[in-house]
Amino acid sequence: MGREGGNQEVKEARDPESGLSRRQILQRIMGLGAAGAMAGAAGEVGLTSLLGMGCSHGQAGKGKTVVALTPDGKLVQGDSNQFVPVKLPPSNPDARKGVPGRRWIMVIDLSRCDGCGECMTACSKMHFVPPSRQWIKVLRMPGTGDEGAPFYFPQPCYHCDNPPCTKVCPVDATFKREDGIVLIDNERCIGCRFCMAACPYSARSFNWGAPEDPPEAEARGYSPEWGYPRKTGTVEKCDFCPDMAAKGILPPCTSHCPMGAIYYGDENEGTVSNGAGETVNLRNLLRKGGAYRHMEELGTEPRVYYLPPRNPKYKAPDEAGGGA
Amino acid sequence: MNGTPLTPSLRQQAYASEFFHHAMGKLLISCGPMDRRGRRTVFALAIVAVAAFAAWLHQLSRGLSVTAMGDYFSWGVYIVDFVFFIGISMAGTLISAILRLSNAPWRQPITRMAEGITVCALLVAAPMIIIDMGRPDRILFTIIHGRLQSPILWDVLSLSTYLAGSLLYLYLPLVPDLALMRDQGDRFPSWAHRFYKVASLGWQGTEAQRHHLEKGIAVMAIAIIPVAVSIHTVTAWLFGLTLRPGWHSTIIGPDFVVGAIYSGVAAVITFMAIFRHVFRLGRYIEPIHFQKLGMILMASGLVYAYFTVNELIGGIYAKELGDRPLLTSIFSGKYAIEFWGMGVIGLLLPMLILMVKRLRTLAGIVTASVLVNIGMWIMRFLIVVPTLAAPYMPVPGMPGHRLTYAPTWVEWTITAGAFAAFGLLYILFSRLFPVISIWELVEEHQAEAGHGEEAHV
Repeated sequence: MGREGGNQEVKEARDPESGLSRRQILQRIMGLGAAGAMAGAAGEVGLTSLLGMGCSHGQAGKGKTVVALTPDGKLVQGDSNQFVPVKLPPSNPDARKGVPGRRWIMVIDLSRCDGCGECMTACSKMHFVPPSRQWIKVLRMPGTGDEGAPFYFPQPCYHCDNPPCTKVCPVDATFKREDGIVLIDNERCIGCRFCMAACPYSARSFNWGAPEDPPEAEARGYSPEWGYPRKTGTVEKCDFCPDMAAKGILPPCTSHCPMGAIYYGDENEGTVSNGAGETVNLRNLLRKGGAYRHMEELGTEPRVYYLPPRNPKYKAPDEAGGGA
Repeated sequence: MNGTPLTPSLRQQAYASEFFHHAMGKLLISCGPMDRRGRRTVFALAIVAVAAFAAWLHQLSRGLSVTAMGDYFSWGVYIVDFVFFIGISMAGTLISAILRLSNAPWRQPITRMAEGITVCALLVAAPMIIIDMGRPDRILFTIIHGRLQSPILWDVLSLSTYLAGSLLYLYLPLVPDLALMRDQGDRFPSWAHRFYKVASLGWQGTEAQRHHLEKGIAVMAIAIIPVAVSIHTVTAWLFGLTLRPGWHSTIIGPDFVVGAIYSGVAAVITFMAIFRHVFRLGRYIEPIHFQKLGMILMASGLVYAYFTVNELIGGIYAKELGDRPLLTSIFSGKYAIEFWGMGVIGLLLPMLILMVKRLRTLAGIVTASVLVNIGMWIMRFLIVVPTLAAPYMPVPGMPGHRLTYAPTWVEWTITAGAFAAFGLLYILFSRLFPVISIWELVEEHQAEAGHGEEAHV
């Protein structure tokens, strides 16, 4: 990260300039945890802004001293002019393992969703999803019985803990990671579409013809963690944005929801955050909201929870135009 | 090949009899020069097969987008064809193994035809899976990265075992016939002569050789049955192990096995009728064979109907929420024509023909078999497609999400090509080998005659 020369290693446990412990600095720099997740809601945090966080206690102006973390875990400091943003390697070799100690989770508050579709737009934009498909769909559900009004129902991949899709894959192209995320490796997928037949939630899409990814997608290089550039004859779906989660950034569906209806976070940490900047206790949210998982009786154990649309804050979708 | 073996002297008599010479003259016709009608048939089938190959090349260059499949109809007629031909492959095992073990002497003249159907059907079924794949270039991944937890791997293993077993089971009883053909002098072209010489493995019909052969056939007859049951069951599990209405059913494995017997017997009867007619084999393939197989067809059809009722009655009666859209679509919705059509063509009419003695003539039985063949293809379609049309999640009305499945010309051409390839493979088989086992036929005939003489004494 730092250039050769001009940097000196910080060997003391306490940074002399900011007076913070090494642990505190690490937390700040890594930007993990709820605070980091909220900070990330504004958009992707590049290394430049990480550096900014590191030097927040230094003086403004040219030639200031900044603290940075090297890949082998050492803290270094040097002149800010000497630092340039680093391009991350295109593919995470640990894409199949997941972030240790994390259990990513999503909660969707149906009473807040007004069906605006911003989540779909943001997701498709970031993942270059062609208009014929959606990684997250906003379905219009009919109400139940006389009292229930129709409601909007955002549906990403549920990243089930008992995933019917990964079980049936003949070549281990779709797999479950330790952090709960179900991914697809399109360099492995043979296109048999058994996973699509097996998924009771129809969460998966197939590249039936040649994909039309923009040059930006090609430029980034492929990783199962973001699923592009696409390949003909392979399956794709919502990936829970693991590359962003690892950096403490909310997925675009969550950060772009103007109603704050979608929460994302780490089950182990016990908090989830939404696009409105709220970070809440997961347990309380689920319990007080009467959370359920869609078609729980199938035993798939989705990692996406729904809060039922009680006293919805927004107008119900037109019954006549309701889907399903 | 049942009951007491012939004494060497009786055997000598058998191969000197008029019956043997007649059989050699008659049963090797299919291996001789082809008449005009035969050449025309081959030409027509070849055109269809080549067209299908061209369609496949088109699909390879454009991707599966040339099919009518989509994210909801993720499987289509390729899988229907696969399941259909897997079903047909039950023919050989049933006739030559199960009937052998149950000691039904009448099965004798039709065993080889049935085994040939098995091998040809498997050779057509296996490529259908590759045609259906989005990445056929990665076919070897199933071996390199194969995961035994996946039912697809079970299918790959079961299918390859069944194909190997069926080839062996077809080959073993062929050896003495290959020796007979080898000894025909210059009746066959020299390349064929060399082929028969190598393939007959030096068969001289010695007691030791006969002992080994008998033992090998007996072992294979038993070993092939569980393998055959496994292939149909595992194919059923491709559907049965998912969480989809209509597929997730306990009876689907046995249902596929019985359905396979039903369509397999129908295929054998159809081929028997064709060969009997084309090569005038009435002396060997007799009405009794049609009558007996007709009975098996009726029995398996009734069991299949019973299983189908069991499959559906739970959903009809309990009206489980997830089953309702599927049942509505097949009873009165967009698949009602196929469903009731299958009921009439594939079950009701054949059962009627086979149950009423006046209708159970040779022509009647053959008609019933053809109807069953058509009906079972539709049935396979009904297994694959309507479930995909009734997903748990509502289909969003977005562009690109096809709400109906109407196969494209590419899919129909490839399907027609599969049938043409099946026909061509079978013609090739009948060109190389006698479709009725000559040595077994002759020795059986002699044994009966011998017993007759003994009785007279």
